[in-house]
Amino acid sequence: MTTMAEKGEHRYVLNMGPQHPSTHGVLRVILEMEGEYVMDPQPVLGYGHRMHEKMAECRSWPNFLPNAARMDYLAALIYNHGYVGVVERLAAIEATPRAEYIRVITSELNRLQSHLLWLGVLVLDLGAFTPIMYTFEDREKILDILEDVTGSRLTYCYMRVGGVVRDIDDKFIERTREYIKWQRSRMPMYDKLVTGNIIFRKRIEEIGEFTPDMARRYGLTGPVLRGTGIPYDIRRAEPYSVYPEFDFDIPTETTGDCMASYLVRVREIEQSLRIIEQALDKLPDGPFMAKVPKKLKLPAGDACYAVESPRGELVYHLTGDGSDTPYRMKIRVPSFSNLSLLPELCSGMLLSDLCACMGSLDLVIPEIDR
Amino acid sequence: MKEYFALIFTGGKSLIIGMMITLRELFRPVVTVQYPREKLPISPNYRGHTILIRDDEKPEKHRCISCKMCERECPSSCIDLAGEKREGVKGMVLVRYQLDFTKCSLCGTCVEICPTDALDYSQEYRHVGFTREEFHYDLLAMVEEEK
Repeated sequence: MTTMAEKGEHRYVLNMGPQHPSTHGVLRVILEMEGEYVMDPQPVLGYGHRMHEKMAECRSWPNFLPNAARMDYLAALIYNHGYVGVVERLAAIEATPRAEYIRVITSELNRLQSHLLWLGVLVLDLGAFTPIMYTFEDREKILDILEDVTGSRLTYCYMRVGGVVRDIDDKFIERTREYIKWQRSRMPMYDKLVTGNIIFRKRIEEIGEFTPDMARRYGLTGPVLRGTGIPYDIRRAEPYSVYPEFDFDIPTETTGDCMASYLVRVREIEQSLRIIEQALDKLPDGPFMAKVPKKLKLPAGDACYAVESPRGELVYHLTGDGSDTPYRMKIRVPSFSNLSLLPELCSGMLLSDLCACMGSLDLVIPEIDR
Repeated sequence: MKEYFALIFTGGKSLIIGMMITLRELFRPVVTVQYPREKLPISPNYRGHTILIRDDEKPEKHRCISCKMCERECPSSCIDLAGEKREGVKGMVLVRYQLDFTKCSLCGTCVEICPTDALDYSQEYRHVGFTREEFHYDLLAMVEEEK
């Protein structure tokens, strides 16, 4: 029997996952290794497949509302926003201005808590335990604010076609303003504690570099794409809701490595705070729910609605056939495209760098499998 | 060579700065709540499982008229209710209201659709049990027990 070593091959197969702390869910990656170098990583998907797209075709459109939040548990409100947005576009319903502002404020708070969790978890993947404790302290404040208005802490079902479930009150506005002040005072601390740390920098600088051309080939979106220097953000490129009314920047970096996507996300935290601040200042009075017919049927035809999730471009494509059940719904999720980069990006890389790479892609597995 | 030592110096400095931050945190008030022994107040808007609420005018009665709107609209079909016609009583009388909390996704559709506002969210968040049947809540028994 000739062993692989006799044939001059030293490769072996290592199974990472489905239960692995740095895969953030049930993702399995089959790694072909040569020593400690990963030669060919192949992700295996489908462990968390719950057929959300099929479920949308089998039930009436209001019954899909709770499903939207279950796809990406870290950006539930943004997924809510996308779904009610596509139904509104297809049925030609307009949400009230106040509702649109509330949607933007809550969505941005949701984005902030997703980025804070990612910041803690990325550093945790690289072996530092302290920052996640600090980010959780901040994140807890957002969850408390959102719990008060939406009623739940993670899988929100807050937005409805035509508006939102519950109006925000002065207490919410006051607490959010307090939170903004608090988060701003915390950012220099993270800068010193995480960004400046030499070990952290050595682990992610010049790791997993890719070019804008490669990003385009794989259809990358979100902070990973902006890390290569392309300022593509749905909130600007294809503005939805009331985003055109706000003044905010799209942070970009040019190197395209893990450090670039890290810096982009950290700067996005400040931009989200700016959006919330402006939205709170401009918040119009009026009803928080538009008049929507009780038995709303989806007209024949199709509509597309794209929103910017913390991980990239999220698109809902809905086809109606005149009944209240969608004929077809296609959901384009950002993490799926971002993960497809992995085999090309991580070939020839150290195993420990692969963990850094996966951490900087900010994968949410239930969203990939959906 | 010079660069090498400069890196060691700046790197070492960054580690010390990080440790200073963690040291300062040591003297700040503790954020952790020792959960089973202490509890944080729950927001009044918290959405727990649904309950039947009693009428403000007639506190001995709940407001459910057994129209089955909630049962029909529930996305997870976790509500099972039945009403019957009784002599001398106007309308339907609720005889069973079962909520299968293992399936419920707390979307709030039933509370919004209810024509008589008979449903509301409870404040209960500690759900513990050994069997699935322990999460099949009998809302009618709950509201009658409250009396």
